[in-house]
Amino acid sequence: MNERMSHIPLQHILIFSTALFFIGMFGMFTRKNLITLLMSVELMLNSVNINLVAFNKYLFPQQTGGIFLALFTIIIAAAEAAIAIAIFIYLYRTHHSIHVDDASEMKN
Amino acid sequence: MLNLIILCIILLLPLSNFLVLGLASRSIQQPLSGYWASFTMFLSASLSIGVAYTYFIEKGTVNGVFPPLELLRYPWLVFGKNLSIDISIVLDPLTVIMLVVVTFVAAMVHFFSLGYMKDDKRYTTYYAFLGLFTFSMLGLILAGNLFQVYIFWELVGVSSFLLIGYYFTQPAAVAAAKKAFIVTRFADFGFLIGILIISFYGESLDIATLIERLSNPASSQSILIQSAGWLGITALSWGLAMIFIGGAGKSAMFPLHIWLPDAMEGPTPVSALIHAATMVVAGVYLVARLFPVFELSQSIMCLITYTGLFSAFFAAIIACTQTDIKRILAYSTMSQIGYMMFSLGIASHEDHYLGYIGSLFHLFTHAFFKSLLFLCAGAVIHLIHSNELSKMGGLRKWMPITHVAFLIACLAISGIPPFAGFFSKEEILLASYHANKFVFGIALLTSGITAFYMFRLYYSVFWNKDQHLDTHHGEGTGTMIISLIILGFLSVGAGWFPFSTWLYKGNEPMHTHIDLLFSIAPVAFSLIGIKIAHSLYRKPSDAPQNLTLAWGKFYTAAYRKFYIDEIYKWLTQNMVFNFFGKLFNWIDKNIIDGIVNGVGTGVSSIYFSIRGMQSGKLQDYLLYFFGGIALGMIYFFYIWK
Repeated sequence: MNERMSHIPLQHILIFSTALFFIGMFGMFTRKNLITLLMSVELMLNSVNINLVAFNKYLFPQQTGGIFLALFTIIIAAAEAAIAIAIFIYLYRTHHSIHVDDASEMKN
Repeated sequence: MLNLIILCIILLLPLSNFLVLGLASRSIQQPLSGYWASFTMFLSASLSIGVAYTYFIEKGTVNGVFPPLELLRYPWLVFGKNLSIDISIVLDPLTVIMLVVVTFVAAMVHFFSLGYMKDDKRYTTYYAFLGLFTFSMLGLILAGNLFQVYIFWELVGVSSFLLIGYYFTQPAAVAAAKKAFIVTRFADFGFLIGILIISFYGESLDIATLIERLSNPASSQSILIQSAGWLGITALSWGLAMIFIGGAGKSAMFPLHIWLPDAMEGPTPVSALIHAATMVVAGVYLVARLFPVFELSQSIMCLITYTGLFSAFFAAIIACTQTDIKRILAYSTMSQIGYMMFSLGIASHEDHYLGYIGSLFHLFTHAFFKSLLFLCAGAVIHLIHSNELSKMGGLRKWMPITHVAFLIACLAISGIPPFAGFFSKEEILLASYHANKFVFGIALLTSGITAFYMFRLYYSVFWNKDQHLDTHHGEGTGTMIISLIILGFLSVGAGWFPFSTWLYKGNEPMHTHIDLLFSIAPVAFSLIGIKIAHSLYRKPSDAPQNLTLAWGKFYTAAYRKFYIDEIYKWLTQNMVFNFFGKLFNWIDKNIIDGIVNGVGTGVSSIYFSIRGMQSGKLQDYLLYFFGGIALGMIYFFYIWK
């Protein structure tokens, strides 16, 4: 456990992760490019990871469950990114665009 | 001679005619199909006579009664421990006598039709239908189970429908067939309810079991059916009344008689077989079959008596005014069946069931002389090509054999000794004299009217004005004449059969004897009727015309059949169509259709209101998603706790 790190209170880390989450959410609502949307999703996932690691370190320093859960999330996020990019490529082939509003055949 | 195989042959020969001739009606040519059908019916009839001989003469009585023989019992539908429908064939004196009557008259009619129908295109189909009818009627007679009776009862109705509508290119025949089917079907609905009531309380559908249980006052079923009731009438009376409605519909009793006169649209031999000798007496047969049960309810016996009596009198009056030869005979049939019905109604223990015996004896003799009358009418129509009395007259010179046969049948139906009708009518009148003087009076009057209208018919057809026909053939073909002669002999001789030693109730045969003093009144009434007819119709004169004018309104009413058809028409038009029809139409259009359409429009309006949510924009869905999560969190953290 690093001495320097322990000077940072938990609240600061939580404020940071919340800010990261809402930045991701803002990105999801405002951007139209699918790759940007994927990046926003990654931001939100990472804010969660930060939460998990922080809680693990500050509340249960003797255990490692939070860290492993964060690792799982990273792995799943990697897999999800691979699938998402595959979808984008396929979408580009059919629609010649990766703009979200262009893929709306099934509306109404 | 008395076993299941013989009876199955009797029963299945007509069915095989139906199947073979019906399926191959195009490939089997004209004379062959008729000859084959007639041959099988003669075979069936002679086997029946053999069965009757064995049953009555060879086997004889055991302890003074002819024992009922159950030849077949096969559990067909088993519903539980107590209730099952068994297909059974039971022979008792009533069955055996009906067997002989039906097969014999059917054989005569098949034989007669060889000549009568020879120019018809659908000759083979006609014989197929006749086969179906004969099979159904025999099945009805042999059935030992009420449900089985009901099945054949409906089959008889179907074959009657098919044969009435045989000339289906004529609208009148189609209308008559539909009328007959609907009216009898309506009555059969009552019959079905009656069967259900009786079998529910009697806990059986087997006729013998039902009779045994219900007529034993100590049995639990009998106590239950006598004590249960509705509207102050016992369940027994309800059940029997409903069964009687079925019988009244088939037997053309007032007010369900309206189909019978119209049914004369069918070929004349069919009228002789179905609407005179066999099917229309099915109601009488049914009441006779269940007589020990009917006897338990005095009110229903009373209902039977007065329905029969009124029908007999009412039909006799109408018959005096009609001008269509077959319609006169139809009303006469209705009148004679009325006789049989009221005679069953007045039969009681006191005079050894004389009314019961008389009724069935009359059924027996009536089958012969009435089918003879119809076949003679068929021969006349064959010559004249019209049913109207005004086209006939003076035919005795052209068809002497038919003339004699018709005269014999008229004398028989009028009850002139020694012809068949005299004996049976005598027993009925004697029974009614002992039972009820009012019934006796009306019956006596009716028998006088019967003699009048039958001889009105006879004189109008064979005497009255002389006419010159351009044809030489006069009489019908050989087969027609032969069947007339055979039936003519039976119309003379059927009364001499020792009927009451075969069919009786109680432990010993009843030896009926002719009470000469008693016979004076009925015979005198008949002779007066004949005399009046003789003076009015023997020669062409203005007297009948003047007489109808003198009777005025009453004559018109009788001529229009007392407006019964009009009343039915009014009832159906105004009550059924206008009232119930409109009501149900409104319910159907507004409530039923409203529910169905409401479901559709409801779903589609929900769809139109929410379809905007599916905007196709990814961010909108995200908004719903996060909004949902936010709402859920608010709920869990602040409300649900």
